[in-house]
Amino acid sequence: MVADNSSKSLSVTLRVWRQAGPAAPGRFVDYPARNLNSNMSFLEMLDVVNDELTKQGEEPIAFAHDCREGICGTCSCTINGKPHGPGHGIATCQTYLRSFKDGDVIVVEPFRARAFPLVKDLVVDRSAFDQIIQAGGFISVRTGAAPDANSIPVPKPDADLAMDAAACIGCGACVAACKNASAMLFVAAKVSQLGLLPQGQPERDQRVLAMVGKMDELGFGNCTNQYECSAACPKSISHDFIARMNRDYLKASLRSALKPTSNASGGGAG
Amino acid sequence: MATLDSKVPSGPLADKWRKHKADIKLVNPANKRKYEVIVVGAGLAGSSAAATLAELGYKVKSFVFHDSPRRAHSIAAQGGINAAKNYQNDGDSVYRLFYDTIKGGDYRSREANVHRLAEVSVNIIDQCVAQGVPFAREYGGLLANRSFGGAQVSRTFYARGQTGQQLLLGAYSALSRMVGAGAIELHTHSEMLDLVVVNGQAKGIIVRNLITGEISRHAADAVVLATGGYGNVFNLSTYARGSNVTAIWRAYKRGACMANPCYTQIHPTCIPVTGDYQSKLTLMSESLRNDGRIWVPKRKEDRLKPPASIPEEDRDYYLERIYPSFGNLCPRDVASRAAKRVCDEGRGVGESGLGVYLDFADAINRLSESGVRERYGNLFDIYHEITAENAYQVPMRIYPAVHYTMGGLWVDYNLMSNLPGLFVLGEANFSDHGANRLGASALMQGLADGYFVIPYTIGDYLASQRPGSRPSADSAEFRGAEENVRSLTDRLLATKGKEPVSHFHKRLGKIMWEHCGMARTRAGLEEALKLIPALREEFWANVNVPGSAETMNQSLEQAGRVADFLEFGELLCLDALKREESCGGHFREEYQYPDGECKRDDANFGHVAAWEYQGADRAPLRNTEPLNYEFVKMSVRNYK
Ligand SMILES: Cc1cc2nc3c(=O)[nH]c(=O)nc-3n(C[C@H](O)[C@H](O)[C@H](O)COP(=O)(O)OP(=O)(O)OC[C@H]3O[C@@H](n4cnc5c(N)ncnc54)[C@H](O)[C@@H]3O)c2cc1C
Ligand code: FES
Repeated sequence: MVADNSSKSLSVTLRVWRQAGPAAPGRFVDYPARNLNSNMSFLEMLDVVNDELTKQGEEPIAFAHDCREGICGTCSCTINGKPHGPGHGIATCQTYLRSFKDGDVIVVEPFRARAFPLVKDLVVDRSAFDQIIQAGGFISVRTGAAPDANSIPVPKPDADLAMDAAACIGCGACVAACKNASAMLFVAAKVSQLGLLPQGQPERDQRVLAMVGKMDELGFGNCTNQYECSAACPKSISHDFIARMNRDYLKASLRSALKPTSNASGGGAG
Repeated sequence: MATLDSKVPSGPLADKWRKHKADIKLVNPANKRKYEVIVVGAGLAGSSAAATLAELGYKVKSFVFHDSPRRAHSIAAQGGINAAKNYQNDGDSVYRLFYDTIKGGDYRSREANVHRLAEVSVNIIDQCVAQGVPFAREYGGLLANRSFGGAQVSRTFYARGQTGQQLLLGAYSALSRMVGAGAIELHTHSEMLDLVVVNGQAKGIIVRNLITGEISRHAADAVVLATGGYGNVFNLSTYARGSNVTAIWRAYKRGACMANPCYTQIHPTCIPVTGDYQSKLTLMSESLRNDGRIWVPKRKEDRLKPPASIPEEDRDYYLERIYPSFGNLCPRDVASRAAKRVCDEGRGVGESGLGVYLDFADAINRLSESGVRERYGNLFDIYHEITAENAYQVPMRIYPAVHYTMGGLWVDYNLMSNLPGLFVLGEANFSDHGANRLGASALMQGLADGYFVIPYTIGDYLASQRPGSRPSADSAEFRGAEENVRSLTDRLLATKGKEPVSHFHKRLGKIMWEHCGMARTRAGLEEALKLIPALREEFWANVNVPGSAETMNQSLEQAGRVADFLEFGELLCLDALKREESCGGHFREEYQYPDGECKRDDANFGHVAAWEYQGADRAPLRNTEPLNYEFVKMSVRNYK
């Protein structure tokens, strides 16, 4: 069926979290938003509200955004208690006003998590994700050192599954949705992508240990298998990857416990 | 007057790059760590460059305005990346990719640069696969390919509809590895607001931290700009909202030449505009043209009828009709203008009349719905989210939108601008695509520049700089540049007018689209050249930028970028006015063949126009670099 996309007009009240900075007190402030077009995106509505605030001499609402098509992972609003709002498998920027009704009160907050400190209003600092990648979310290959691409065949099912995991946009909705503020889905997606590919094997153990270690150190919580993360994920990344990572982690821990600790393995090299 | 020495090496085309690599100066390994290189931008071009330079041993500082390097606009590229691997055994070769790119660019690019691009394209795929980029594969486990506009071979590698994302995450992982190893100092939320030139050479930048407002000075032995394209001068475009011209514009005002700014690309397959509130246009990847068929009704009267009710014989598959050999896969500029023409004739579909159908009915009959879903599922999803229409059942409606900019800072064969020490990579330079870029070639160019060109060519410059000779960030030039940034910021905040920044950006966009969009005329461009300075004046009298400079202030960020667009847009129109010919994405109505194709004027315009800043009150100087075609004969493009 073709859904109804004829434009309608609606008016809503936005209840927005305002906080001038990390140390300042925060509070909800109501803003009326009138005569909106139902084909408008949620962020376009914030643009309109912000232009009005500017004209009235008030500071506009700070919010993170860039691509506005669900791929850069910048936008990060919790809308009516749900990270990225009411839709499934979409980001804040892909939310359209046709998901709301005339007269609605819409509560807008930043992604909240201990490891994502607040910057301003709806903007949080997610650099902890970058630090996890820096700890091991890569394959160590120097530029120019690669063999011919087709010399490493990858079975299509493995390649497809790796791509499912690789679809992660690093937005942090999984963390914001989790009552423990765990980053397991984010880390599991990267660990699985690289662990599924032949190129990722040499560093497989090291990678999972380093990334999980970093995640713990940065103050993300534990996973207690609630799977709110997958439900909130704009790319619908499956929580199966968490189980896969747990297996990898266990194996890697065992193997690293058995491994000789000195440089004995290199002893014969002379 | 700037000297524009292209430094193209002599000798046979296919040997130039190899010979050049053997001839240029090298920096010895022990000395590399004594050199500091600033890389601004971490899209495909910037992150591949930063990672590779750090691997070589240089000290690298990387700056992005984003909160993470992974957010660069490269992430949004959908369709794919070209490489002359000939894995399909369909007759592809380095020469064919070179030739297609030269022809696609309407004979306005440098032969030697393009040949090098085609040569290194094969290494890019190897590199990305080794990094774990999950390219699409065939059942046998080998890499899959698709075709793209302007080519008759299948040479495009892809990762579902998220190729840019996967390539960027690969480059980002390489960058992150070097950050983790302490070889790259990463500065996020850091916007470059000025280039510092000392004794005629680029030696540093001035940066504003977008969270704290702090302004800092950074000195280096060389500066690399990889800051992306300037399409947002049109306001509505397929670019991310933050994409801007600021870094290269401010470098231009410090003496770097701006080449061919009028070469802008309008992509034929985007979702049409719906309302005034709209903040961006969304691309439907060109790969859809592999299986989708483009049409409009033959008769105006049918344009609002439900498409399914229009019988085959009343439909005009105009690309297949006019260009039988390339059909729906003709290059972007050709396809965009054809769409404009049928809509101008009154046959456009949808409420606004500014749309054409992209129909998958035949593909679904041939491949089944799930077959189509496998290839393009995420694109159909995007379309559904935005329009609430199911494109498996009704044809998509598409219309051209601004998508890419071929112009940018002038660079020589080493990717160095006329300012020594300033290198420019990726979409920010003008180098490889001439007057029109072929699909899947920007990702290729960004990674070629970053992984395989700059690591060699920067050494040639650095070897001429004594280690330790880099100026101090406390020197007069740095202080002066910082002062320049502060006074601009103060001026923006002090204006306290009535209108928000977006008001001016929207108006500028309308002027640009109307007078300097898909079709340009002398009269229209002259009009734009009156309207833009007037709008700029109004901006400086009436813009309202709330808040202060000492905190995160998104209005201030936006104001600085729009202020630059208001200057740059004028140069773009001036370049379009002075180029009295049509070529690729630059279509002047006065210069066309009877069938509406571009009429080039090789004798008078077979050159690069490189504009040189002369100060705020003086007209810029138009320098030229002649394009000498030694190997390919310049001919009229023909896709029929
Ligand atoms: C929707 C879309 C789809 C596309 N699809 C394809 C495709 O399928 N195939 C293809 O080949 N090409 C495609 N392209 C084009 C291609 O994606 C881009 O040309 C290319 O990715 C540009 O890469 P870049 O590294 O030059 O710049 P970008 O990726 O734009 O990166 C710019 C970087 O510079 C930084 N920056 C900018 N200004 C400043 C400043 N003042 N201070 C500090 N940092 C700054 C940003 O933070 C960012 O890191 C597409 C483009 C769009 C818009
Ligand atoms: S703005 Fe890029 S994902 Fe939402």
